[in-house]
Amino acid sequence: MEKRILVVLPHPDDEAFCLSGTLAKEISAGAHVTYACLTLGEMGRNMGVPPFANRVTLKDIRKLELEASCEAIGIQDLRMLGFHDKMIEFEDPQLLDEKLGALLEEVRPDQVFTFYPGYSVHPDHDACGAAVVRSIAKLPAGERPPVYCMAFSRNHEEEIGQPDVFVDVRDYMPQKLASIRAHRSQFQAPELVGSKELTAEELEARFGMERFWTYRF
Amino acid sequence: MLPISTQIVQQRIDSLKDQDLYIHLELTTGAYAAHFDSSKHPASTFITNTRIRYSLGSISGQGPYRVGLKMEHGWIYSEGLTHYEESDDRRLLLAGHDSQGKLVVSLQLSPEPF
Repeated sequence: MEKRILVVLPHPDDEAFCLSGTLAKEISAGAHVTYACLTLGEMGRNMGVPPFANRVTLKDIRKLELEASCEAIGIQDLRMLGFHDKMIEFEDPQLLDEKLGALLEEVRPDQVFTFYPGYSVHPDHDACGAAVVRSIAKLPAGERPPVYCMAFSRNHEEEIGQPDVFVDVRDYMPQKLASIRAHRSQFQAPELVGSKELTAEELEARFGMERFWTYRF
Repeated sequence: MLPISTQIVQQRIDSLKDQDLYIHLELTTGAYAAHFDSSKHPASTFITNTRIRYSLGSISGQGPYRVGLKMEHGWIYSEGLTHYEESDDRRLLLAGHDSQGKLVVSLQLSPEPF
């Protein structure tokens, strides 16, 4: 039977830099991916010079970018859950848990990807990871799928150690770069992509390996 | 959005006075401010889809601009505004963008919720 993967992240583009290669690799090996994106990233700040978006239209632009990114990766099942950007940590935990619980029941994933709660910088990332971990912790120990987490806060390795899962995605650079480029409104930011064109070697060095921490319940 | 024309914005402010409106008011340095530079103090605040009504309002400054709206019991104030949405004439969408095109401040008024 095909492997079922559930991805739960709060913003369009959260999949692009650290997970898209792994997903493309799994999909090419026959996996089915459901990606639950909690918000549309409507509180994002990049509006462009000159502006291509405003506070009202950004949501629609980012929805299209998310769909394009998923298509580039090959993701078969995209769910947009409609929560408000920046508000995940304040959302009713019961409501979040109900949505995630229903998704777990429906998808019955063999693997789950999310952010590592507490080590993922953006409060939405941490709250998303916490909700996923909470929902999976409710399952009997023997039925819990492994949860692979992304982490990138300052000093995260001092507290949670080195990642234990490494995925070589060098053969899936076209999908990964297409996913990153799909989020055009977000990744013109110089702090993310730099100002110069990278060579193929530089791209592989920078993006060729994806790293995850298996959550210990 | 276009760089603010004070004349057009003033007309919109005047046309929206003395009626119930929904406001979105926001100021943000971005959630990653301190992650990229630990000397930065990250701050952000917004209020969205709250009803207000003002009887007097104006835009001032040489750019970036300031807007003040006088309500029955208080004021609404916003500084640092650079752009307005020209294609939306039922609502007033104002924003302040930094040199990289990132939103720092926004003030939006609409007869309908955002």
